[in-house]
Amino acid sequence: MATVVATNQTILVVGGGVSGMTAALEAAECGKQVVLVENTATLGGRTANLYRYFPKLCHPTCGLEINLRRLKGNRNVRVLTLAEVTAVAGTRGDFTVTVRRSPRYVNENCTACGACAEAVSAEVPNPWNYGLDKLKAAYLPHAMAYPQRYVLDPSIIGTPDAEKAKAACKYGAIDLDMKEETLELKVGAIVWATGWRPYDAARIQPYGYGRFPNVITSVEFERLADPHGPTGGKILRPSDGKEARSIAFIQCAGSRDENHLRHCSRICCMASLKQTQYVREAFGEEAQSTVYYIDIRAIDRFEDFYARVQRDPTVKFVKSKVARIAEDQTTRDPILHGVDTEGYHRYANRHDLVVLAIGMEPSVKGVDIPAEVVADSSGFIEAAADGAAVFGAGCATNALDVNRSVQNATAAALRAIQVVNRAARAES
Amino acid sequence: MAEMKTAAYVCQGCGLGERLATQQLAQVAQKEGKMALVREHPFLCSEAGVQTIRDDIEKEGVTHIAIAACSRRAKTEAFHFPAVAVSRANLREGVIWSQPDTEAARETTQEMADDYVRMACAEVKRMKAPAGNPDVARNTRLLVVGGGISGMTAALEASKAGYPVTIVERAAALGGWAAKLWKRTPAHEPFQAPAETGVAAMIEAVRADPNIEVRLSSTVARTSGAPGRFSVEIAAESGGAATEEFGAIVQASGFSLYDASKLPELGFGKSPNVVDQAGLERLAREAAAGNAPIRRPSDGGEVKTVVFVQCAGQRDASGTHLPYCSGHCCATSIKQAMYFKDANPAVDTAVLYTDLRVPGNGEDFYRSGQSKGVVFTKGSVRAVEPAGNACTVRFRDLILDEDAAIENADLVVLATGQVPNSGVDIEKVAQNEPGEWQSDASSVLNLAYRQGKDLPLLRHGFSDSHFICFPYETRRTGIYTAGPVRRPMDIAQAVEDATGAALKAIQAAENAALGRAAHPRSGDLSFPTVRLDGCTQCKRCTVECPFGAIDEDEKRYPVFNESRCRRCGTCMGACPVRVISFENYSVDTVGAQLKAVDVPDEFSEKPRILVLACENDAYPALDMAGMARRTYSAFVRIIPVRCLGSVNTIWVSDALNSGYDGVMLMGCKHGDDYQCHFVKGSELANYRMSKIDDTLKQMALETERVATYEVAITDIERVPRLIDEYAAKIAEIGMSPLKGFA
Repeated sequence: MATVVATNQTILVVGGGVSGMTAALEAAECGKQVVLVENTATLGGRTANLYRYFPKLCHPTCGLEINLRRLKGNRNVRVLTLAEVTAVAGTRGDFTVTVRRSPRYVNENCTACGACAEAVSAEVPNPWNYGLDKLKAAYLPHAMAYPQRYVLDPSIIGTPDAEKAKAACKYGAIDLDMKEETLELKVGAIVWATGWRPYDAARIQPYGYGRFPNVITSVEFERLADPHGPTGGKILRPSDGKEARSIAFIQCAGSRDENHLRHCSRICCMASLKQTQYVREAFGEEAQSTVYYIDIRAIDRFEDFYARVQRDPTVKFVKSKVARIAEDQTTRDPILHGVDTEGYHRYANRHDLVVLAIGMEPSVKGVDIPAEVVADSSGFIEAAADGAAVFGAGCATNALDVNRSVQNATAAALRAIQVVNRAARAES
Repeated sequence: MAEMKTAAYVCQGCGLGERLATQQLAQVAQKEGKMALVREHPFLCSEAGVQTIRDDIEKEGVTHIAIAACSRRAKTEAFHFPAVAVSRANLREGVIWSQPDTEAARETTQEMADDYVRMACAEVKRMKAPAGNPDVARNTRLLVVGGGISGMTAALEASKAGYPVTIVERAAALGGWAAKLWKRTPAHEPFQAPAETGVAAMIEAVRADPNIEVRLSSTVARTSGAPGRFSVEIAAESGGAATEEFGAIVQASGFSLYDASKLPELGFGKSPNVVDQAGLERLAREAAAGNAPIRRPSDGGEVKTVVFVQCAGQRDASGTHLPYCSGHCCATSIKQAMYFKDANPAVDTAVLYTDLRVPGNGEDFYRSGQSKGVVFTKGSVRAVEPAGNACTVRFRDLILDEDAAIENADLVVLATGQVPNSGVDIEKVAQNEPGEWQSDASSVLNLAYRQGKDLPLLRHGFSDSHFICFPYETRRTGIYTAGPVRRPMDIAQAVEDATGAALKAIQAAENAALGRAAHPRSGDLSFPTVRLDGCTQCKRCTVECPFGAIDEDEKRYPVFNESRCRRCGTCMGACPVRVISFENYSVDTVGAQLKAVDVPDEFSEKPRILVLACENDAYPALDMAGMARRTYSAFVRIIPVRCLGSVNTIWVSDALNSGYDGVMLMGCKHGDDYQCHFVKGSELANYRMSKIDDTLKQMALETERVATYEVAITDIERVPRLIDEYAAKIAEIGMSPLKGFA
C-alpha cells in the first residue's frame, strides 16, 4: 500500500471542482497542508464545462486559469486525480482515509505533446462534452486540464492501440502496467466538495428527452455554444445539424417538483437567461428564444441581468409549466403543449430546439459517503454538528451558483482550519 | 546577491528538435544572449534534464536561467527553481505548434524561435529573484466592524481558529438587524415553520469568548497602515478614542431598510396599519411579549386579513427606487404570514408577488406556507388606500390580466429592500489630500488612504468585489466585506459569507507577515520599488493604483504600502519617468526583450509585430490556440505582461523606434462587466493608448501601428485571426519607415 505523507494537521478536500479547488487553495494560502482528491482525470469540475458565467457573460476558464496558477505556485497542495475516497476511519483531528487511485497509464514524464493520441485509432464518448462527441482513447481531457497530462482510456488496455500509444511516446510516459492502488492518509479535517450532477432528464417522461433528438439539457447546450465543444461553438441541433434559431428554454425541468427534485435548483433561471444571449450572439436579431417559466428567480443583483434580457426583443417569456412535448415526425421539430397562465391561453408552439433547464441533484445522493456526514432528505449535506470535522462545501450542500459555492467553500476551509489548528495547539 | 551567472537550456523534445535547428538556438543563446553556460537537452523536463539544471545551480553557481522549451504555463512542477531568476522562451506552444509544419515556413519559424531565445536571455539578465517585501509585520488580531450576525460570526469563527478579534459596533448592543426579528426563516429541515433567531445565544458566545473584545457605541475614526499593521483609531460615543493595531479587517457594516416613507402610494405613513417588514417584526415581538396575538396598530382591533406586498420599492425599473431584488423578502413574507397562520389559521394572509423567489430548500418553506393556507397571488400592487382602520389594496392580477382589490385589510406589510451601509462613495467625494485628512462620520472605515475613506462601490452602492469567481476580493487589500454590505442576503448566507471573510482576513494577516502578495498573484514575493530621486511627484501612480496601495508623503512623493500591493504593475505602467519597477518585472525586463528581437530591414518583407499580451487571459488563449494547432503569422513576437495596466507607453515607442511595424496590446474586457483581474488595469491601458495617437503623429507613423484588443481566454479561434488580420493590415500600410535608424 502506497503512502502519501500527511499528518493530523493535513486537510483533505474531496472534489476538484470550483468548490474543492477554492477550499484547498484558501486553506493552503493560510499555510495549511492540503491533499486534494478528484475522481476524474483533471481538476476543474462542472464549471470548466460551461461556456460563460452569468451575469457578466465572462468565461469560467478565466477564473480556472487563476486558480490553476495559484495551485502551480503553491507547494502546500498535493493533487490526486482519478482518486476516490473509499473509507474514513477515526475522529476529529485524527482520521485515516483510504483512497483508491485508478490507473492513468501515463506517468509524470508526459509532456502533453499528443503523440499518443495521434497513434491510437479507438475513440470513446467525450465525457467533457456530455458524450455529444468522441475523443481519442488517449486524450488530454480538455485544453485547461490539470495535471496537463494525457490519459489512456481503460477500454484500450490490452489492445494493439495501447501498444501503439506506448510505441509513439518518446518519453517513456506510457506505463501499461499501472495498476489500481490504494493509499492511506492521515488527516485532521475533511472538506467534502463533490458537487452536483444534472438530474436525469429522461425521467421527466412528458418532455421526451432521449426519445426526441432535439430536446437537450442546459448543460449540453453549454457545450454547443463553447468553441471547445462538439460543434466548435455553433448552435446546431442534433437531429440534422441545422442552425437552431428558435429555441425553447423550459424552466424547472426536474426542479420544484415533488415527483423529481423538491428543491429549486437556484441557478437555472439565470442559466437560461444567459443562454438566450448565446442565441443572440449567434444569430443576432434572427434569434428567437422563448423562456417557459413559473417564477423568474433572478435574485439580488442578478435582477439587472433579467432586466437586460427582458429588453432584448429576441427573447419572449411565457408563464407556463410546459405540459408535454411532441415531435413533428417529418421535421423532428419539437412542439410544446401547455397553457399560458397569463390569460389562460392554450398553446402548441413549434421550436427548432428545446433546452431543459435541468435541475441540480447533489452528487452525494444515493452514494454511501464514508464519513460522518449527514444528508437531508433531498440529499444535500447538512451543516456539520458541533465537534464534527467533516464539512460539506459547494453544491454538495445546497443548490448554489458559483459565487455562493466559493463563499461556502471558503467558509468550509476555515472550519477545517479550526480543527487542525486545535490539533496543532494540542500537540505544542 | 552573489555575482550573476547565467545559463540557457534548449530543449529538443516534443518535436522541437525536428522542427528547429536547436544547435543554432544554442549558439544564439551563447553569442547574442551572452549566456555563460548553454546546454541542449533531448528531454529537458525529464528527471535527468531537471537534475542537470539543479546541478548547475548548486555546483556551478548559476543564478539566472533561461529555459527554451514549452510555455511558462506548462511543466511548472519540473521547472520550479525558486532560488534563481527564471525566464521561459515559449518554443513549443508559441512557435512550432502555432506555425505550419511546412518547408516554406521553416525559415520564419526558426527566426521566431531565435528571437524568443534572444528575448529570454535578455529578460533573465535583468531579473532578480525577489528578495522579499520589506513591509513585513505580524499582527494576527482582526478588526471586525459591525456587531450583527455577520460581524459576530466572523469574530467567533476567527476566534475558533485561534485568532483574537475586536468587534467595533456603533449601537449600544450587539445583534444588529437579526436582534430585531421575532423569528427567522428556517435553515434546517423540515423548513416548515419560523425558527428561533439564535441571536441571544450568539451574543452570549461572543461575551464568553476571552479571545473577543467588544467595543459598543463605538466607531472607526481613522484607519491607516496595511495588512499586518493596520492602525485603527476607535472612537467611543461617550468621547475618547484609542488607537489599536490589527492584522486585517472584516467590514460587516450591514444594511439599512429602504425608507418606506418614499412609498406613499403604498400607504406608508398614512396609516399605522401599513408597516414594513421590520415594523411587522416589532409587532410580533410585542405581541409575543404580551402572550397575545398581533393586533391592529390603529386601534388594537383584531387582525383578520393581512396583505404582504412584495418588491415594495424594489425591482423598480423607473429609477425612483431600488432596481435590484433583496433576495430574502419572499421567504420573510412567508415567515411573517406564518406568524398569523400558526397562531390562528382563520386569519387571511395574502402575498402579492410578481416572481416568488425562494431558491433551494426555500421551496419546502413555500410549500409549507401553501399548506398552512397562505394565499399567493401573482399581482402587481398599484396602491394601498387606508380608510379608517382598514386598507384597500389595489393590484393588477397578472394571471387574470385584470384590476383587482383586497378590501378590509387590517394590516399591510411592505417588503422593502436592503440598502448597504457602505459608507461614503469615494468616486463622489474628493480624494484624501495629504495633510488635509479629517474623519467623516458617514464613513465606515475612515481610511487615511490617498484614494478615499471607504471601499470603492460597485453598482447600486454595494461594496465592490470580484463577484463571481473570487467574491471576497475587494480593492483594498486586507479588508474584506461580509454580509449585506456586499450584496443583499439573508441570515443563512450572511453566516457563510462572514465565515469565509474571516478566513480571508486571517490569510491576509498571515501572508503580510511573510511578505507575500494576496490574490490573484498569491504568494508573489516581488514588490514595487521606486527610485525617488527620479520621481516628479506627478501622482499618477497614487491615483491609478486599482487597490489604493500608494499614499503620498507631505512632499507628495509616493509611499508604497507593499502589503497592500497586488503586484499588477499598474503603477509601473503609469509612471512617465519610469522609476517604478519590480525585481523580476520591470520597464527594463520587457524593454530588453523587445529590443533583443532581430528586426529585418525594410526590404525583407518580414515585418515585426510586438504583441503585449495579458498573462491571465490573452496569453493562455494564445497557448491554447497553439495546443489546438491553430496557426498565426510568424511575424509576431509575443511578450506576456502581468496586466495590460502594467504596459508603459515607453515599450510602445521603443518598439516603434526600433523598427517594429506594429504593436498589438491584448487585455481583458473592461467597463461595467470587467474581466480584468486587477479591476482597472485594462481600462487604464486602453485610456493610455487612446492618447498614443499624438505620439505616433510626432513620429510620422500611421495610427494603425498601435492597436488595442479585448481578448478573452476562450478566444482560441479569434486570437490567431486577430493576429493575421493585423499582419495583413500592416502589409497594406507598408513597412515602418523607422527601420534601421535605431
